[in-house]
Amino acid sequence: MTIVAESFVLPERRGTAGRVSDFFWRHPHVLLAVLLGPPLIWLGIVYLGSLFALLLQSFFSIDEFSGLINYEFTLATYRQLLTDANLDIILRTVVMAALVTLASAVIAFPIAYFAARYARGKWKALFYLAVMLPLWSSYLVKVYAWKLILAKEGILTWFVDKLNLLWLLDAWLSLPIVGGNSLSISYTGTFIVFVYVWMPFMILPIQAALERVPATLIEASSDLGGTPAQTFRHVTFPLALPGIVAGSIFTFSLTLGDYIIPQIIGSSRLFIGQAVYAQQGTAGNIPLAAAFTVVPIVIMGAYLWMAKRMGAFDAL
Amino acid sequence: MTTAVLFDNVSRHFGAVRAVDRVDLEIAEGEFFAMLGPSGSGKTTCLRLMAGFEQPTGGHIEIFGETAEGVPPYRRSVNTVFQDYALFPHLSILENVAYGLMVKGVGREERRKAAEDALAMVKLPGYGGRRPGQLSGGQRQRVALARALVNKPKVLLLDEPLGALDLKLREQMQEELKSLQKSLGITFVFVTHDQGEALSMADRLAVFNEGRIQQLGTPEEVYTRPKTRFVADFVGSSNVLTAKLCRTLGLNASFASLRPEAVAIAPPMNGALSLSGTVASRSFLGATNRIVVEVEGARIAVASPATRGAPAIGSPVTLSFAAHDLHPMEDA
Repeated sequence: MTIVAESFVLPERRGTAGRVSDFFWRHPHVLLAVLLGPPLIWLGIVYLGSLFALLLQSFFSIDEFSGLINYEFTLATYRQLLTDANLDIILRTVVMAALVTLASAVIAFPIAYFAARYARGKWKALFYLAVMLPLWSSYLVKVYAWKLILAKEGILTWFVDKLNLLWLLDAWLSLPIVGGNSLSISYTGTFIVFVYVWMPFMILPIQAALERVPATLIEASSDLGGTPAQTFRHVTFPLALPGIVAGSIFTFSLTLGDYIIPQIIGSSRLFIGQAVYAQQGTAGNIPLAAAFTVVPIVIMGAYLWMAKRMGAFDAL
Repeated sequence: MTTAVLFDNVSRHFGAVRAVDRVDLEIAEGEFFAMLGPSGSGKTTCLRLMAGFEQPTGGHIEIFGETAEGVPPYRRSVNTVFQDYALFPHLSILENVAYGLMVKGVGREERRKAAEDALAMVKLPGYGGRRPGQLSGGQRQRVALARALVNKPKVLLLDEPLGALDLKLREQMQEELKSLQKSLGITFVFVTHDQGEALSMADRLAVFNEGRIQQLGTPEEVYTRPKTRFVADFVGSSNVLTAKLCRTLGLNASFASLRPEAVAIAPPMNGALSLSGTVASRSFLGATNRIVVEVEGARIAVASPATRGAPAIGSPVTLSFAAHDLHPMEDA
């Protein structure tokens, strides 16, 4: 067999695969439709559809006496959502999510900066491994491991004791709100575990954003008289902001929706996720559960709108 | 005359790589100085040593009489026009140009005015509100120039600033840069790998190869009297005559350079030197024909005016040139 063609047009490929290839080459839009169809159907019907159904549920109410859902449009459930006890849950969750996001960003930035600016070759591989490795193990196992770490007899208390800083830990735990009998049943514990569990979701987007900042921009700022602090403030940080916002969307929304960590580690007070879980499970109040679910959606929407207004996506 | 930049035996080694190796250099105030060389020859590293992005591993650098080693870039009154322009994508053109003044604490109104003046100087008035992404390559280049000049640097460093522009624009910018430099009187240090650019713009130039300066002088000196084979080859592709040909011509040197345009295809006039050979190839370059003639196994290129026509390939010809156009060289 020879590869040298006798004529300009090569013979058609035989078989179905060849015909399919020819067809798609002639009709690229059909190929696009075939590739995008299934995910679009998934997103459109299964995902957005169920979200819509959920929203709809929140406008129904529950009959207090029979416990049956009353399928009539009403704002009663939202009125119920805005009672003091429920607002307490929302406020607690939002404050926690905001603090977790802030702490994650502060801790993640130097790590991401190192990875993007200095790590090369083997160090870069090690960075990815170190960041991703925690994601390979079960979420539940990690949370229970943290419960042991943070317990009164746990390794952290032991270590603090060895540093002769037990008085500091006790002083912290005796504070109102953030304190408790031990770290594992305080908000401080919940906070630590949230920050740990969501950290990779903050590091990776920031690292990706910093990676795209050309080194000459940093040099240009320095050349024009910008001190390292000024360069960070006026060049590095604004250009990394889309990454920080992307990361904070993850940490913020994941914290808003999580119902396992606060249940295992922390005080017995509810977070939004737990409230949804309790309302739709034990209490059987689907409308209120749905109304609770709308809260993070609204908050995230407002957050993204604000981020856009502040120019977080200008550098995209 | 004040010395703007002084390199005293300066080296910058990266491990075993000698990017810059024992370079001595003196650039006068108000001079347009070009550093010419192929990529990896050390010219850009020299520029980065002046800007402060690199620190020398040996030797001493002075800028306007002050020691430069250990001074960070942001404390040097030296500004750079980067090869890729390095405009801040998240800032407007005006904010880009005013950046240097902003970080130095100049008031908002004052720096806006200075930035607008600088934009007018590079012929981009009224572009302040746009973003770098909305400008063409040539316009971005001008913005980068304005952003550097607005700081009134003592030395302006230009790192292949015209490399990304097309030919027409490049020629136009060359002229503008030159006249800008004359009117401002600022010392310009210009890095390029384009010998035509270096020759046409610079007051003096240094030819770099492998981390060393091969020759330092005015464009005319470097062009007509290349000191080494490398310079002869790199600056305008001179013919390099071997020892054998030199002997034929009665010259006692191991190498000599001969400019293609100094050679004529004609019988020698009184006192001229001559060689005979056969035409090996010819190509039409517009104003001239480039004719390569084989002489005693060596090839000599001749730039002959196109109006004279070109002899056929394989035909015997006589080359003539004046004795003073033949320059003996060091072997390097």
